[in-house]
Amino acid sequence: MNSLKSRIIAGAALTLALTVALTGCSGTKQQDQPSQPSQPAQKETITAVGSTALLPLVQAAKEEFEKNNANVTINVSGGGSFTGLTQVANGAAQIGNSDVDVTPELKDKGLVDHKVAVAPFVIIVNPSVTVESLTQDQLIGIFTGKIKDWKEVSGKAEKITIIHRPASSGSRATIKAIVLKGQEFDPSAVTQDSTGKVFDGIKSTPGSIGYIDAAYLKDGVKAVAYNGVKYSAEAVTSGKYPVYAYEHMFTKGEATGATKAFIDYILSAGFQNSYVEAKGFVPVSKMSK
Amino acid sequence: MQLSSGPWDGGLACRPQPVLVAHPIWQGVPRLSLTRITDRLMFVLLWTSAVLVAVVIAAIILFVGKEGVTTFRTASLASVLLSPRWAPPQSFGILIFFLGSLAVTVLAMVIAVPVGLAGSIFLAKLAPEWMRVLMRPAINLFVGIPSVVYGYVGMTVLVPLARQVSGSVGFGLGVAGIILAVMVLPTITTVSEDAIRSVPTALVEGSLALGATRWETISRVILPAARPGILASIILAFARAFGETTAVQMVVGNAPIFPRNLFEPTSTLTSEIIQEMGQTAPGTTWYFSLFLMAFGLLLTSLVAILVVRYVARRGVAA
Repeated sequence: MNSLKSRIIAGAALTLALTVALTGCSGTKQQDQPSQPSQPAQKETITAVGSTALLPLVQAAKEEFEKNNANVTINVSGGGSFTGLTQVANGAAQIGNSDVDVTPELKDKGLVDHKVAVAPFVIIVNPSVTVESLTQDQLIGIFTGKIKDWKEVSGKAEKITIIHRPASSGSRATIKAIVLKGQEFDPSAVTQDSTGKVFDGIKSTPGSIGYIDAAYLKDGVKAVAYNGVKYSAEAVTSGKYPVYAYEHMFTKGEATGATKAFIDYILSAGFQNSYVEAKGFVPVSKMSK
Repeated sequence: MQLSSGPWDGGLACRPQPVLVAHPIWQGVPRLSLTRITDRLMFVLLWTSAVLVAVVIAAIILFVGKEGVTTFRTASLASVLLSPRWAPPQSFGILIFFLGSLAVTVLAMVIAVPVGLAGSIFLAKLAPEWMRVLMRPAINLFVGIPSVVYGYVGMTVLVPLARQVSGSVGFGLGVAGIILAVMVLPTITTVSEDAIRSVPTALVEGSLALGATRWETISRVILPAARPGILASIILAFARAFGETTAVQMVVGNAPIFPRNLFEPTSTLTSEIIQEMGQTAPGTTWYFSLFLMAFGLLLTSLVAILVVRYVARRGVAA
């Protein structure tokens, strides 16, 4: 019985050791690099990573593209603009979705920019706020913390609460550049880490103000006009509404194979005029400049 | 090499020390037998597992520390650790987050310690057995609730309540403290209860025999005797609350300022890390300063655990 027990123990130990050794040596590559430049004949996988603002659009494009190209699989995920840029720069992803342009650190990595959509931003306030339009100077005063009460901008007397994104957010950087002309936001503003949470916060906090992508605009908050111009796709394309940023899809070097086909599909008139507008973006082709 | 101790020399086994060839335990067992090989193999396996765990943890600490210390290549030590201004990319003062974490945790302890301690005393000494059998697993269940659930409840129930009560935005120090208190309550209660139960009955009975009331026995004999265990539970709860991320980030407001009252938003080390990590460009000072915050968190937890080990070691010495 002694030797039987030891045999069982030895067998179990050997199995354990083998399992540990084998799992430690995994590392099969998940994605194939597109090898044929023109027609992708075998199964290809593309990974598109990055901006959560662009995510709904890329998701819609993926579903349509995969319907027509059965041998291509596209994996789409978020992670933020900088994650997208880093991953495409080091080759972990084929496409990096980004709301921001290439950072200085990644300038020499050979990233090629494809502007796929225009993302307008809307300044939103809680429905309790009576103000309909704000000038740029008023917005600067509010967002930098100089104006603290709605009565200072011809609203009813109510404390102004700012709810917006954290300092590393691409959306915040866009608003800071375009609306605030580079000035800093009030540090006592409440920040939430996603546009969805900003929306929920403003919807439920009386007297609050913030900004979201136009794609996230729903009932429950009020969109204020910027310098008297209400947000609409026409206002953006005609140049009257300046609060927008381009959405980029970066590739390392020129896009080839399935990646190129996918980006071409997104840039095609069919997709731009249907899904891009439906998701709350503005087609790049319609921009006047 | 002659060792006086046998195979169970507990603690001396820093290198794999197979049992000596001529040790009495192997009397009658042939040299190259399955028994001996199994013995040696299992020893090596167990030793490897323990070393692996230690190596992984050490690697994490070293990695986070190395990345964190890289901050000081571009930002001066004083400006990072002492400046009250967090405004990257110009100013990287992380003091605010440290104080924010401390404020939220201290508030949580102020709420949770009296309640938890009272609960533990009740459970250990005053509750009938059926109640104890019911309540103890129920309290342990709380520990299993994911922190995001606490955060969500806090965001949808407590924040509007705070908004109504105070007229402020609702997100802030107060709500975060309450949520954290609820989260660490089970820890304090269960660990303190164990400490109280492990006080020798001789002490308790002696006190009662001398004519002390139940409360006098509890307050003058049991609690002082259980003090190391109770202190350990408090410090464990402190470490847990200090490191809590999801629930805090959802309700604390994440504004890098130091709050002037309970209802103003603030930011903690953990909430700042989780907010900015995915969006900071790797290789920048901003990125490294987040690692520095993580390193600060690690150090605080390590210090807390070391203090617990020191405090809990001083057993029931009268």
